[in-house]
Amino acid sequence: MTKTDEAQVVLRLSSITKRFGKLTANDAISFDLAKGEVIALLGENGAGKTTLMNILFGHYTADEGEVEVFGQRLPPSQPKAALQAGVGMVHQHFTLADNMTVLENIVLGTEPLWRMGFGRSAARRRILALVEDYGLRVDPDATVGSLTVGERQRVEILKALYRDARILILDEPTAVLTPQETEDLFATMRKAVAHGLSVIFISHKLHEVTAISSRVVVLRHGKLVAEARTADLDRHQLAQMMVGAEVPPPAVREAAPGEVLVALEGVSTPDRGAAPGLKSANMALRGGQIIGMAGVSGNGQAALADLIGGLIAPASGRLRLKDGVPSDWSPRAALAAGIARIPEDRHKTGTIADFDLTENAVLELYAKPPFSRRGWMDWGAARDFTQKVIERYDVRCPGAETRIRLLSGGNMQKLILGRVLETAPDVVLANQPVRGLDIGALTYVHEQLLAARDRGAAVLLISEDLDEITALSDVIHVISEGRLSPAFGRGELTTAELGVWMAGHGFEGETHAA
Amino acid sequence: MRLEPVANPTLLRTVGLPALALFGTVVAASLLAMIAGAQPFSVLGLIVKGAFGSKFAALETLNRATPLIFTGLAVAVAFRAQLWNIGAEAQLYVGAVVTVVLGTGALAWPAFALLPTIAVAAMLAGAVVLLVPTFLKTRFGVDEVVTTLLLNFVVLLWVSMLLEGALKDPMGLGWPKSARLIAEARLPRMVEGLRLHWGLGLALISALVVWVIQRRTTLGYEMRAVGLNKEAARFAGIPVNTVLIKTALLSGGLAALAGFSEVAGLKGSLTLDISPGFGYTGIIVAMLALLNPLGVVVAALFVAGIFVGADSMSRAAGVPTYLADIMLALALLMMVLAIMLTKFRVRRD
Repeated sequence: MTKTDEAQVVLRLSSITKRFGKLTANDAISFDLAKGEVIALLGENGAGKTTLMNILFGHYTADEGEVEVFGQRLPPSQPKAALQAGVGMVHQHFTLADNMTVLENIVLGTEPLWRMGFGRSAARRRILALVEDYGLRVDPDATVGSLTVGERQRVEILKALYRDARILILDEPTAVLTPQETEDLFATMRKAVAHGLSVIFISHKLHEVTAISSRVVVLRHGKLVAEARTADLDRHQLAQMMVGAEVPPPAVREAAPGEVLVALEGVSTPDRGAAPGLKSANMALRGGQIIGMAGVSGNGQAALADLIGGLIAPASGRLRLKDGVPSDWSPRAALAAGIARIPEDRHKTGTIADFDLTENAVLELYAKPPFSRRGWMDWGAARDFTQKVIERYDVRCPGAETRIRLLSGGNMQKLILGRVLETAPDVVLANQPVRGLDIGALTYVHEQLLAARDRGAAVLLISEDLDEITALSDVIHVISEGRLSPAFGRGELTTAELGVWMAGHGFEGETHAA
Repeated sequence: MRLEPVANPTLLRTVGLPALALFGTVVAASLLAMIAGAQPFSVLGLIVKGAFGSKFAALETLNRATPLIFTGLAVAVAFRAQLWNIGAEAQLYVGAVVTVVLGTGALAWPAFALLPTIAVAAMLAGAVVLLVPTFLKTRFGVDEVVTTLLLNFVVLLWVSMLLEGALKDPMGLGWPKSARLIAEARLPRMVEGLRLHWGLGLALISALVVWVIQRRTTLGYEMRAVGLNKEAARFAGIPVNTVLIKTALLSGGLAALAGFSEVAGLKGSLTLDISPGFGYTGIIVAMLALLNPLGVVVAALFVAGIFVGADSMSRAAGVPTYLADIMLALALLMMVLAIMLTKFRVRRD
């Protein structure tokens, strides 16, 4: 731990704790930020970085702990107080009005509206001075709608500087930037530090962290696991700190791989907003294997899951099933092909909150006998099926007629598991199957996935938790910006090596730094 | 202040709050009656008496409720699937036009063949009217609230044109009014000697059929799933767009039956004022019924009762009939608030 000179401290977080239901997003996190310092807040997705910054900025109220800025305690959940204290935040998603000019966007909210006309020329002078001082090239009179993403980010930073921010928080700022723009951003950050500002830089990209930060704070599963001077660490140590200690080889017996049940042959899918689509992805799902898909969130996992789940078709390349290339690809076609799907978001996609357990249990099966005959539902058969799922998969609930929104996440997931596994599928697509689950439900889900594998099914496990991937998978791919790494066997790569692939290195013929 | 979802609303919440909403409506209406210079409770008494106090009044209320049951069902069916059909008025008029076109002698069939034919044709026409906005929604993402609402005006002007032209009664002394239906195209009375036609019977049967569709059929399950969570429905393989189109067919058809029933049952001919906004009032009926098809029957009787009762109250107490409109508007607002409060509680930070 590095002790910071007391007089230089501009920001102090003291044992911040935040719980969302059973999940502890931040567990007693404390650290200081000094004047003129860039701290990199490093961690996998879901480690609690964004939650922590939202508490600091007053969007969330911490359950415990407090935030001090320049020695003053910040009142909880008042973004205005944070702004006034000199904290400026640039979010992952910009908060700009597209139909207004850069100048109007920057001034918006700082000046009373009826005085806008008066302040305009003074505001322009100040903005131009900031543009000059910090190298934030952008035209104050351009309409925001016409700007590139990089320029919009500069407007966000200008907005914070215009409000006299002394502490800048940048939440994954490079996620939306090209390498060139990233360099420009780093130049701006260096200038800000030279002006005496302090920066918290949130990222999971290791080379950026080493390039710009003076200290790193690493979060994992909501806990602060390490705090060190960046210069004392190399990238591999950082990767290891981020993804956790190497896990002992799991007690899973080897399985003989079966035939290829689903194959991607150079499949590409369109990008969706900031989420990349697949980029000529090649992959084979064999029976009797768990195929782990490691990667940082938002790197094309959604596209992969949607593709295999039948929600999108390949834009180019081929999706080959056991019986050939399907002519029509839809959720129903995927179900008919024996692909069981455990969606990423069980609340929004996996279940219908106001339907009861029975109505949810037959959501994918309702159109066929015995549940539906000639347009009539057989609710008796549906209830029998649900009862069977409840018993076999240990769904704890008051009864089959309970609305599913009243169930815990774990029990909801067990119902989904039962719904998809009862049909004895050939392929199981498990997208973040244990996210937000307690340890009991988590273990249960893993056991069921292993059982499906042992039965001969191909299980595609998509997860951001590298420990989970390495513990369960027979074969591991890494996904980064829509690209798939080659398949690695169990234990072929160390966690740190996987972390480097996850950070986007090693693709496109580049030899990975192992 | 913020809203917090209530995980498991108690019975007191789900039943008590809507009841409180109706009570609040009555209190507010009483205050307004007082301002208008009448005895508040006597006004309410007069409304109830005017709506249900005599055989004549009750029959009038039932006749008024009939088209509201149809339009209420049309709206309830569509809203259940989150298809926002604001165009029941247009569908009603199209149903009425078809009834007049086929029922004024174009088909010289006996009643047992002619009436079902006209009813089915009217339903198809109403369905087509809603199909257009629904298709625009599923295909191009056009907001159906806007298109269905605007189609009301288009259809009304079109009917006006027909009544001044093609459908104008040659014997009508120049009034914008269609010819009268032939006797075989008139809905018979339900009970001999009572001014009550089979439109009401058809409406009650429709409510039952819609209830059965929603609860017992595969389509009903799909409609509810699409309405509650489109994303989950699509993920599960429910053909969301097909379901919306089927919903539109049912909803448009039900609204058109209101027009059929009014022309063939009550009026016998078509004029431009055949519906004093039944299509719009159907939205209130459906909301008051919490989109439950059987509840629609009760809500339609309630709304019709207020209209009919307010007419007679107005004559007796000298309070303007607008009180009825205000009461309905209040009832709707309070009910919407009550529905929200059954799902959320207000927390002060």
